[in-house]
Amino acid sequence: MADEKMFALEIISPERVFYKGEAGFLELTTSEGEIGIYKNHIPMTNVLMPGAVKIHEAKGLKTAAVMSGFVVILKDKVKIMAEVAEWPDEIDKNRAEEAKVRAERRLKDGGSGIDRNRAELALKRSIVRLNMVK
Amino acid sequence: MASMRDIQRRKVSVQSTGQITKAMKLISTVKLQKAKERAEHSKAYFNGMYDTVSDILSKSVNINHRFLQHTEGKKKAVIVISSNRGLAGGYNSNIIKLITTNPEFSADNTVIYSIGRKAKDGLSRKGFEVKGDYSEVMEEPMYSDAMHISSEVLKAFEEGEIGEIYLAYTIFKNSVSQVPDMKKILPVSKSEAAKQPLAAEKSDEGSSLEDDRTPMNYEPGEEEVLDVIIPKYVTSLIYGALVEAAASENGARMSAMDSATSNAEEMIADLSLMYNRARQGSITQELTEIIAGAEAIS
Repeated sequence: MADEKMFALEIISPERVFYKGEAGFLELTTSEGEIGIYKNHIPMTNVLMPGAVKIHEAKGLKTAAVMSGFVVILKDKVKIMAEVAEWPDEIDKNRAEEAKVRAERRLKDGGSGIDRNRAELALKRSIVRLNMVK
Repeated sequence: MASMRDIQRRKVSVQSTGQITKAMKLISTVKLQKAKERAEHSKAYFNGMYDTVSDILSKSVNINHRFLQHTEGKKKAVIVISSNRGLAGGYNSNIIKLITTNPEFSADNTVIYSIGRKAKDGLSRKGFEVKGDYSEVMEEPMYSDAMHISSEVLKAFEEGEIGEIYLAYTIFKNSVSQVPDMKKILPVSKSEAAKQPLAAEKSDEGSSLEDDRTPMNYEPGEEEVLDVIIPKYVTSLIYGALVEAAASENGARMSAMDSATSNAEEMIADLSLMYNRARQGSITQELTEIIAGAEAIS
């Protein structure tokens, strides 16, 4: 039965409960790399990086962009606390492209420390967004 | 007795004030609905964040993290959330009183990060140092605003300028009752986080008992995870307080304007009575004068 492989998934962002449902498999981008989660995963808390979250539901695949946050994985339940989460149709392509150009320029100019980190993160975010709308 | 014209003038002025307060009441009613909705939407995140952090702190023994360490003798920072505009009853003065009447917070050992002009003015008049002012966000609080504020405050905390961070805001109980409250944000004390009832309520909803007993794994590591989570936790607290305070502000203004409107109506009724009496008096007087004049001629 499909139900036995499903686990509860919640994606919560500050503005709303972004997603609530059941998934059979979940792909995430964490600070340690990309991971996939099935039911009965070992309890774990991970830090998320900007990336796509792929939710494999019973009926198909759903993709969302999650910018930063963390995920709490329990045996039969996964909770993603996302500071920013977007569905592909909510992404503004032009804005993302502009952000990408801006971040690239800033990286070219040099700079160091926090500024550089920030620009790198901004670049990552814009790339994630652009990949989603493609 | 005041002349008819004086009473009439007074009545007109009270009437127009009443109109203004009535309009303000209607506006804050609408704003309150919106703010309430936002507060409800953000609650899920707020509670989830709270659960996770208290969960982590209660499960993981002996973490020695810089955000959890208590340092003595440093300044206290208070993030005060008030409104930008007055006419909200006791809303602003209550939140200011919360700080000025607390003996732990004196002008010497406290710095203020203010959101909302009223608290900033009120507290700086009392001699408190206002270090940051983010009053412009109060009209439409967004999550990015909370991120900005928390990053500034945390920076000061990490640099050792301040040793404790508190959050003063008004809890929205319902449309007629709002309670000013002060919360300690940092350092997060473990015992405090563990004894909050919220975590217990939530845990039996989906996760089994077994989950509570299995130790949590952290990737990349406990320290690094806390490094990321605690700033987010602070941000979510600030954001939650912001949206709740926005609802409280409009609730307070709504009830203040409601009573102002009914006071105006009462005054208008009194003034109308006085006016009618004065009018009657003057008619009677005129009549007596005319009759007396007519009698004198005949």
